[in-house]
Amino acid sequence: MDTMVIIEKLNENFKSEILEVNKKSDKRVIVTIKPESIIKVAGYLYKTLGLRFIIASALHTRKGFEIHYHFSMDSTGLVLNVHVVLNKENPQIESLSNMFNASNWIEREMHELFGINFLNHPNQEKLISDGNWAEGVYPYRKDFK
Amino acid sequence: MSKKTIIPVGPYHPLQEEPELFKLYCDGEIVKDIKWETGYNHRSIEKLSESKTYEQVFFLVERICGICSTSHPFAFANAVEEIANIEITDRAKYIRSIIGELERIHSHLLWVGLAGHFLGYNTVFMWAWKYREPVLDLFEMITGNRNSYAMFKVGGVRRDIEKSKISTIRKILDDIRKKADLLTGAVMDDPVIHARTKGVGILTRNDVIDYGAVGPTARASGVAIDVRKDDPYAAYPLVNWKVITAEKGDVFAKAEVRLLEMYESVSIIEQCLDGLEKTNEGDIAIKIKEIPEGIGTGRAEAPRGEVFHFVVSDGSNSPARHKIRAPSYVNIATFKKSCIGQTIADATISLAAVDPCYCCTERLAVAYDARTCRKVMNANELIEHSRMKTAELRNKLL
Repeated sequence: MDTMVIIEKLNENFKSEILEVNKKSDKRVIVTIKPESIIKVAGYLYKTLGLRFIIASALHTRKGFEIHYHFSMDSTGLVLNVHVVLNKENPQIESLSNMFNASNWIEREMHELFGINFLNHPNQEKLISDGNWAEGVYPYRKDFK
Repeated sequence: MSKKTIIPVGPYHPLQEEPELFKLYCDGEIVKDIKWETGYNHRSIEKLSESKTYEQVFFLVERICGICSTSHPFAFANAVEEIANIEITDRAKYIRSIIGELERIHSHLLWVGLAGHFLGYNTVFMWAWKYREPVLDLFEMITGNRNSYAMFKVGGVRRDIEKSKISTIRKILDDIRKKADLLTGAVMDDPVIHARTKGVGILTRNDVIDYGAVGPTARASGVAIDVRKDDPYAAYPLVNWKVITAEKGDVFAKAEVRLLEMYESVSIIEQCLDGLEKTNEGDIAIKIKEIPEGIGTGRAEAPRGEVFHFVVSDGSNSPARHKIRAPSYVNIATFKKSCIGQTIADATISLAAVDPCYCCTERLAVAYDARTCRKVMNANELIEHSRMKTAELRNKLL
């Protein structure tokens, strides 16, 4: 499926949820959406369009907490980033792990390193620092002046 | 409630090369559930990367994994070059692909050896590791190092492959092909290996999609994904080769995919050497002044699957955020599917079949009785257990 067709389909189905579409090239697209519609958009990409979930990257910026969910369309080499910006004070978003297992570990990791809360995650335990890291201290957060 | 015995595989175990703890919950001989603990090797490389310059990050990411030490710089170079919108020279592309494919050959040989070791085929182990040596010698000749080659940089590679070395490389490649024939024959025609690995640790197509598994683990289940074909980079679009797949998804299929991939790698390197002969010596890198602000996504096919690097640049000389996803991160999680319902003797080879690499993601076996907390089996006994099953099968078949 062509990249343009995917963008059109997303625009058609999620007109009110999409905030910005940034097509960098035929193989790289960033779609910024409202955080509350992540389940709908990710579900459409994974179930209907058959994209593979690669991983998610969290960032701590001046805007707050950002997550890029990376999806891959292996037949065309497209990497589609679903981008969300979360609230600074109480970062939380619905978990994708009930839809596919691929996001289970990375959501636990983001919870541990950034303190982002994944709602309805099947098992939001620590992944890498169990028992050797202080509670409530998130090592990947930054101090902005 | 039935009594269950917990068999911890890890954190330090001769079954695998690095620390990680698997707890196998067993009812008699059958694995009923599996839990894992990681993080023993967490070095916070993503955070460290933010304090290094782009040139330094190559040396840092090269140390994520000792076996596939070129796939991380490969993916990182792809990401940074995407931000800076750089097209490298053909000669640099060929050299990058040669290093990448030599690494695949040595990594697959290493796995075949280890798999043989777990099954009680120590001759296969000795042979495979012996045949791997000339590949490491080649690395030493080309890069100066047997491991952690330090070949990549933004805009190209650090060292050229001179004309005088090409004939030696071709000769060693011919030898590798002959040795691969021998190994493939030994594995594919052995009725005991068939009985021991076919139908063991099956991962279905749906499991692969659900867990997002990549590399030979996915390709052995009929999911033909390979970044070298899907999102071509370096010299892969310039040469002819095919993606190897198998349908069954068991341990045998995974071995088959890896063995046949070695032939493709040899063929790719030979074509890249032809390419080198057509380009000018010394034309290996272009000068990069600065990396602009932007977001870059770099992918590379490591021996274990897709390596993914996501780099955010703020225009300074070091990454503002660098996210790394190694293939084992998604492949290891598939144990939940491949091991449950298996016997303990088969669980060891199922765990080894995805070629797990924990340094990338971030080992051992002692069995405890869940009720009495008494040790019932140690690491060597577990491997011995796996070997005994092979010996029993051998006696039955031969």
